[in-house]
Amino acid sequence: MSNYLIKGGALADGSKRDLYIADGLIVEKGSAITHPAIASAIVIDASNSLVLPGFVDLHTHLREPGREDTETVLSGSRSGAAGGFTALSAMANTSPVADTAGVVEQVFRLGQEAGLCDVFPIGAVTQGLLGKSLSEIGAMAQSAARVRVFSDDGNCVADPMVMRRALEYIKQFDGVIAQHAQDPDLTQGAQMNEGIVSSRLGLRGWPAVAEEAIIARDVLLADHVQSRIHICHLTTAGGVEIVRWAKARGIQVTAEVTPHHLLLTDDEAISYNPVYKVNPPLRTQADVMALREGLADGTIDIVSTDHAPHPTESKECEWQEAAFGMIGLETAFSIVQATMIDSGLMTWTDLVNRMSIAPAKIGKYEKQGLDLMVGSPANLTIVNPSLSWRVDRDLVKSRSRNTPFHGLELPGVVIATMFNGNVTHG
Amino acid sequence: MKHLLSIADLTPTSAMSILDTAQEMSRVSASSVKKLPTLRGRTIVNLFLEDSTRTRISFEAAAKRLSADVINFSAKGSSVSKGESLKDTAQTLQAMGADAVIIRHSASGAAQWLADSEWMSGSVINAGDGTHEHPTQALLDAFTIRKHLGGGTGDLRGLQVAIVGDILHSRVARSNVQLLTLLGAQVILVAPPTLLPVGVESWPVQISYDLDAVLPIVDAVMMLRVQLERMNDFFFPNPREYSHFFGLNRDRLRTLKSGAIIMHPGPMNRGLEITADCADSARSVIVEQVTNGVSVRMAVLYLLLAGLQEEEPSVNS
Amino acid sequence: MSVALPAADITRALMRISHEILERNSGSQSLVLLGIPTRGVHLAQRIASNIATIESATVPLGTLDITLHRDDLRMQPPRALMPTNIPSVGIDGRDVVLIDDVLFSGRTIRAALDALGEIGRPKSVQLAVLVDRGHRQLPIRPDFVGKNLPTSLTQSIKVHLMEMDGCDEVLLESQGGAS
Ligand SMILES: [Zn+2]
Repeated sequence: MSNYLIKGGALADGSKRDLYIADGLIVEKGSAITHPAIASAIVIDASNSLVLPGFVDLHTHLREPGREDTETVLSGSRSGAAGGFTALSAMANTSPVADTAGVVEQVFRLGQEAGLCDVFPIGAVTQGLLGKSLSEIGAMAQSAARVRVFSDDGNCVADPMVMRRALEYIKQFDGVIAQHAQDPDLTQGAQMNEGIVSSRLGLRGWPAVAEEAIIARDVLLADHVQSRIHICHLTTAGGVEIVRWAKARGIQVTAEVTPHHLLLTDDEAISYNPVYKVNPPLRTQADVMALREGLADGTIDIVSTDHAPHPTESKECEWQEAAFGMIGLETAFSIVQATMIDSGLMTWTDLVNRMSIAPAKIGKYEKQGLDLMVGSPANLTIVNPSLSWRVDRDLVKSRSRNTPFHGLELPGVVIATMFNGNVTHG
Repeated sequence: MKHLLSIADLTPTSAMSILDTAQEMSRVSASSVKKLPTLRGRTIVNLFLEDSTRTRISFEAAAKRLSADVINFSAKGSSVSKGESLKDTAQTLQAMGADAVIIRHSASGAAQWLADSEWMSGSVINAGDGTHEHPTQALLDAFTIRKHLGGGTGDLRGLQVAIVGDILHSRVARSNVQLLTLLGAQVILVAPPTLLPVGVESWPVQISYDLDAVLPIVDAVMMLRVQLERMNDFFFPNPREYSHFFGLNRDRLRTLKSGAIIMHPGPMNRGLEITADCADSARSVIVEQVTNGVSVRMAVLYLLLAGLQEEEPSVNS
Repeated sequence: MSVALPAADITRALMRISHEILERNSGSQSLVLLGIPTRGVHLAQRIASNIATIESATVPLGTLDITLHRDDLRMQPPRALMPTNIPSVGIDGRDVVLIDDVLFSGRTIRAALDALGEIGRPKSVQLAVLVDRGHRQLPIRPDFVGKNLPTSLTQSIKVHLMEMDGCDEVLLESQGGAS
């Protein structure tokens, strides 16, 4: 294992510190490293850059097992490393579904073999994601993968009794249910946000209330059984208000927002280009502003990518035939910088909190999301906020090309990523 | 103009030029010799991925009267029903040298998606995409209204038109709202609130839930087809109640102002949104709409295809 | 650029053509005049009013748009269609005089003959033009000519009429490059 000297960079608080890394750990931190082995270190030039704790994604679709043609644990890990991530959370909607200890252990092992970042499997709440009966939540928690986050993402846990029991059951190991909030009856055949744009395009509407009603119900349930609920990909101003209200009441709720919902609106659907088709759908400008505000004031705890790879043919077709979802690992940091930092809404310390510290806490990922302290595992990313780059879907590390940001000039370049002391990108 | 995808692509001037051209085409259609050499050598594909015999034969008649070669490509029995993608189909049509594709599709936006793709270079004409638009239907409706109420020329300023029924799922309504208002008419939508889209408040129309209040003030009333299946999605309780509040019947017919006309894009659900005696009354121009459809489609084909196309080199260069 | 036909000559030429039409057809009883848009329509109106003065008779007058029958549509941007108005008497059994401003390749007149065939079966079809500039590509000749103007292919003819252009004149322009 090599040792490294990260030289000339600044930490999130703006202080200039060099880092000396050996045996996977941060060994020394200061303005002049004095370690005797320093001469043998590989020097990483971080001047004009920030050295931040590695990003942690709580919502990633890695497609393995089942759709290895669109993403594998390895290719997704590469994509994550390129985006500055040192931990990913593999959603359960694979084929087979991650609803048994066997599947989550397989994914966990694939992550370790890839060795580019931690891959924490998320377990399904219900068998087959069908919303009928609980999956083997305890066995998954106890497995080598030590699953703490459970989600039927892609589907909503719609039955209130199933949700109640799941919330109760996970308390025994301090787990959390990550809810994909979408009332299935209110969104049958829905294609895009229901509003002015959908009325003109003739695409079936997906009302905000279909999301908000589930969020409201679930924070009340979490309150009632005193358990932890995490709201996946919040998209509406109303949802932000409900979460704000719930937090004020002391309910154990956390929430996430995706980079694409921080930037794009339902106007994109006017092109009928399915690259903008996503679940939950892109909403209005007013929603976007409310999401940014909620992320800035901490109502929304974290940014998650909801990285959702799809094959070209699932997007090169009519809107209503197309698959929902966008890839996002490699653009996440830049979008957050553009929408939250460059706009003055958040500091770099806030960004580290939303993209690293807080998601690791929610997922109970103990060796992730740590301050860059001597003795900590060297999970970090080096970003240069003053450089910009142009997104090119043909150059992504992901196996899929369905980025809505193709051709866009974005601020902030991930210079290098380090996972347990190894350079995984840069 | 290369494509006709949406009424939103038209200006008042270009819309009027289509109607004026259709006026001349209708003269041709009325003459004994119904065939013109205008589009000789052009290949037009009727790509109908959703069943609609009436629209298909209307386009086919229009294309043939202008001497174009017409290829019919419909979903049933075609490779599309065997899972071939729109992309593969488009590339096939391109390889066959199609100058224009007239596309009917159950997916909103399919026509625009095809036109924006780089899969084929010809013109794309939207013959109805999902619940989005049906621009040639709106053009033939405007043509029919103008003929009866506007002296056959000029725009539609000063006229009031009611569109009654399932606005939510109607591509005919979406295109008509835009075109009629573009030409200066005032549109009143009449429907139960369940059959009006959320967001309709942003449309340039008036809304009414009261057909009886609207009928005496409008110059034309356009009844939309209501599908009985809608009942199962809770849009209205049952056909009887729908007809009671939103159907055109003999009693309501009497309240129309003199000279007002009754329209329907077809196919009709006689007895549901319109009774037989209304459909067959002297006020009804429903059959004439079909005739005018051919003239309007001839005009569209002429304007899109007769002239020099961008990719062809000019003789002068 | 030179004036090939000043206003007075145009008026004189149209009056002569009017007389010749009456002479050839032994009066105005069987005549139908059809102007080819756009300038032919105005010329037809003038000839009709000349005939009204000469004979104190009203000749059936109409317009015939030939755009849909043109064989050069693909070489230019799409053209707006002009109205075709056939007089209520129709053209069956009539002596139809087509009237246009300039006769050149003959293709316009070929298209006009096709367009007429769609409307009916005249007893005869005659052609009156203000200017014949030669260079025919089809076996077509005018029956009545205001002026024969031999031109080269690099030259172009511009007809201006009071009704549209504010003055009457026929101009001959020599152009440097290709037309
Ligand atoms: Zn989801």
